Amino acid sequence: MKALVSVKRAVDYNVRIQVKPDGSGVVTDGVKHSMNPFDEIAMEEAVRLKEKGVVTEIIAVTVGVKKCEETLRSALAFGADRAVHVLEEGAVQPLTAAKALAAVFKKEEAKLFLCGKQAIDDDANQTGQMIASLLDLPQATFASKIVIEGEKAKVTREIDAGLETLEVDLPAVITVDLRLNEPRYLKLPDIMKAKKKAIDPQSLESLGVSAGAGLKIIKTSNPPARTKGIMVKTVDELVSALKNKGLV
Amino acid sequence: MSKILIIADIHGGKLGAAVYKTVAAAGPIGGEIHIAVFAVDGAAAAAEAAKVEGVSKVLQIDNPANEHEMAAVLTPQIVALAKDYTHVLFAGNTFGKDIAPRVAAKLDVQQVSDIMAVHSATSFDRPIYAGNAICTVEAPAAPCIVATVRLASFQAVGDSGSASVESVSISAEIPTHTRFVSLEAASSERPELQSATRVVSGGRALGSEEKFKIIYNFADKIGAGVGASRAAVDSGYCPNDMQVGQTGKIIAPDLYFAIGISGAIQHLAGIKDAGTIVAINKDEDAPIFEVADFGLVGDLFQLVPELQEKL
Repeated sequence: MKALVSVKRAVDYNVRIQVKPDGSGVVTDGVKHSMNPFDEIAMEEAVRLKEKGVVTEIIAVTVGVKKCEETLRSALAFGADRAVHVLEEGAVQPLTAAKALAAVFKKEEAKLFLCGKQAIDDDANQTGQMIASLLDLPQATFASKIVIEGEKAKVTREIDAGLETLEVDLPAVITVDLRLNEPRYLKLPDIMKAKKKAIDPQSLESLGVSAGAGLKIIKTSNPPARTKGIMVKTVDELVSALKNKGLV
Repeated sequence: MSKILIIADIHGGKLGAAVYKTVAAAGPIGGEIHIAVFAVDGAAAAAEAAKVEGVSKVLQIDNPANEHEMAAVLTPQIVALAKDYTHVLFAGNTFGKDIAPRVAAKLDVQQVSDIMAVHSATSFDRPIYAGNAICTVEAPAAPCIVATVRLASFQAVGDSGSASVESVSISAEIPTHTRFVSLEAASSERPELQSATRVVSGGRALGSEEKFKIIYNFADKIGAGVGASRAAVDSGYCPNDMQVGQTGKIIAPDLYFAIGISGAIQHLAGIKDAGTIVAINKDEDAPIFEVADFGLVGDLFQLVPELQEKL
């Protein structure tokens, strides 16, 4: 079966982000970007399913600016067979991304859609669920275990109450959580090989998607800063400080 | 005037605690607040919901299909109700995060995730980059606003209200493509990381899985949840799901102990909303001390047992 994996280019998790002084957003120019870490986990899972012979072809897909091609190349180095790039220079909100990704999924007649549970830039946690909704497909979010059995998937979900297991009919959308796997490190030969793999350029128009009204971003600001507290010399001092604050 | 529908999460027939905070967020939007209780027999939960302060009506939607709160099952029912409301709100827990986007996409509206402050009926603050920046957004009012509420940002309302309960039957086609198999409840011995009022986390300085036990012991003594830095997880001292930080869990306990954690950006992103941060580290220049309310420099293997004994 074909698996589609969406991968998002995001500011690297080790970057200390800065809010622009005019409040128009965060600084992204000249800042290190990489694949959204949750999408790496989705990519890894697809590759493992292919290694097990469950998945026969992996298609990586992204929606965004030209530079997102780097993220697709990483996905191809991971083991995606080919990629689809929905080029869009403007800001893309989750519903628009979901419409584009749903269109690609339908066009490719894939059986499995995998993506991270959220991206670490906008932290929306929406796109996977929206794709499932738009296509009236089952969804299993926050997956920590995926077992494919024929035309069904058994997915264990990491939810507040514990670990819930759902059985879904395929095709289905699965969003993945941290516990699912540990992504492999990319090897140089794979990175080289990835350069030769095909990327199919698409656009919102070519997929018949129009960007809707969406949310208007009024401003971006810094959160209230934490101030440096006091250094205590001994455990006794610490204990009495905590007692004074009524914390212990 | 707004008309707000809050979708309650139900645990074992009882109303989930998150509802009280979600109602707190709905208050400043202004308008009538209703709670929808989806269950097999929601009478008990609906009676509890009727007491949530600020709520004027509770809709009780009983259906055998509603036993397990699955997104695919609840969405068509919520969509059927949504046409009468200006806002549909969910708690920003795994229940709300799972269902809200499915509802929003069906209504063709862009969802607002993790409301942390309400400016008006259509304008909200929400965190991005793990709370390292705050985004103020304006959502189109029509057809309705679908949002989740960041629970750590609101104080629960009380339970001395008296709303009416109305039994509602909804004719919506409910899919059968998603089936519940099992629920393995979280181990109840230790508080769950994201809802614990106290959390103790260990970092790379612990040195091994064996030595990490000092963290569990201390946490158990003070009734705390246990977390870890990414470095500790990557080094194999503890499982992935304990990771606190931007790519792990984002937490806001009243009291947080960072033990042997240097304070990488990615870890700090996960704890910036903690009430009081205590850091113990042998390196006095560790960045964790820049955000800690109380810092103690020294050998954690001596200091933690001493602290455990004296608390």
